[in-house]
Amino acid sequence: MTLPTDKIGKTYPPHVYLVGREKIREYAAAVGERGALYNDPQAARAAGYPDVVAPPMFVVVYCAASFQHALADPELGIDLAHLVHGAQRFVWGEPVVAGDEITTTLEVTDIAMKAGFRFDTFRTTSLNQRGELTCTGEWSTIVRGQEER
Amino acid sequence: MTLAPGDRVTLTVTPDRYLTVRYAGASGDFNPIHIDDEFARSVGLPGRILHGLWTMAQVARAAADAAGGDPRALRSCSVQFRGMGLPEREVVVSGEVEAVTDGLAILRLEAVQDGTRLVRGGHAEVRVG
Repeated sequence: MTLPTDKIGKTYPPHVYLVGREKIREYAAAVGERGALYNDPQAARAAGYPDVVAPPMFVVVYCAASFQHALADPELGIDLAHLVHGAQRFVWGEPVVAGDEITTTLEVTDIAMKAGFRFDTFRTTSLNQRGELTCTGEWSTIVRGQEER
Repeated sequence: MTLAPGDRVTLTVTPDRYLTVRYAGASGDFNPIHIDDEFARSVGLPGRILHGLWTMAQVARAAADAAGGDPRALRSCSVQFRGMGLPEREVVVSGEVEAVTDGLAILRLEAVQDGTRLVRGGHAEVRVG
C-alpha cells in the first residue's frame, strides 16, 4: 500500500477523560505504585492535594482512547495485527488528581518506511479543566513485515 | 533526596501470572497478545506477553523513587521497547545518574528479563532538591 503521508498533521477531536479515585488506585495497584499519595485520600489531602494523585504513567489511561482511535483510523490504514510499540516519551506538567477532567488531543506527526517497516508517530497533548498542561506524549509504533509497494 | 552523577538505581519486580490481565483492565489495553495465551502463540509468541507500557511504568517508578517518590519528581521519561517480556519472571530495572544540573537529575535506564532487554535507551529527568 502507499503510505498515507498526506495524513501527517491530521488531528482528531479532543477526548475528555474524567479521572476517578478508584481508577487511580486500580492503576497504581497494577503497576506497583504503593505510595500513600496514590492510594490514600487522607494522606493526599494532608500533602495539599484535593484527592489521591495519579502516578505519572497514569497518562496512558487518559490518553488510551485517543491513541486507540488513531490506530484504528481507516485513513491511516495501520495493520493492527502486526503492530508493536516502538518507543514512547512523556513530559509531565501539572499533577493529575481524582476529580480532574483531562482533555487530550492527538496529532499524527510522522508516517515513514524504514528498513522495510512502517513507523508511525503520534503526539498527544493533555490539559486539565483549568487549561494547564498535564502531559505531552510522543507515541511511536512499528508495523512489522509490511513492505512498501 | 540528593542524587549525584554515578549513583545507581535498581528496581526488581516479578509480574505474577495474571498481572497482564489486571494491567489490561487498569490501562484499557486489551490487545489479546497480552491476555490470551492461545492467541499469543498463534501469532508466534511464546505466550501472553507483558505490556510495554507496564514495563515503562517500572522504569518511571525506578526513576521517581530515586528522587524520593514525590508525584511531581518525574519531569520526563522516554524508552525504546525491545524484547518481549513474560509474566512470572523477574524484571530488573537498573539505571545510573548521568548528570545533575539546576535541580534536575538525568538518568539512563534499562529493563532486563532473563538476559533479554525489554527496554533500552531509557532516559528520565527527575527534580531533586
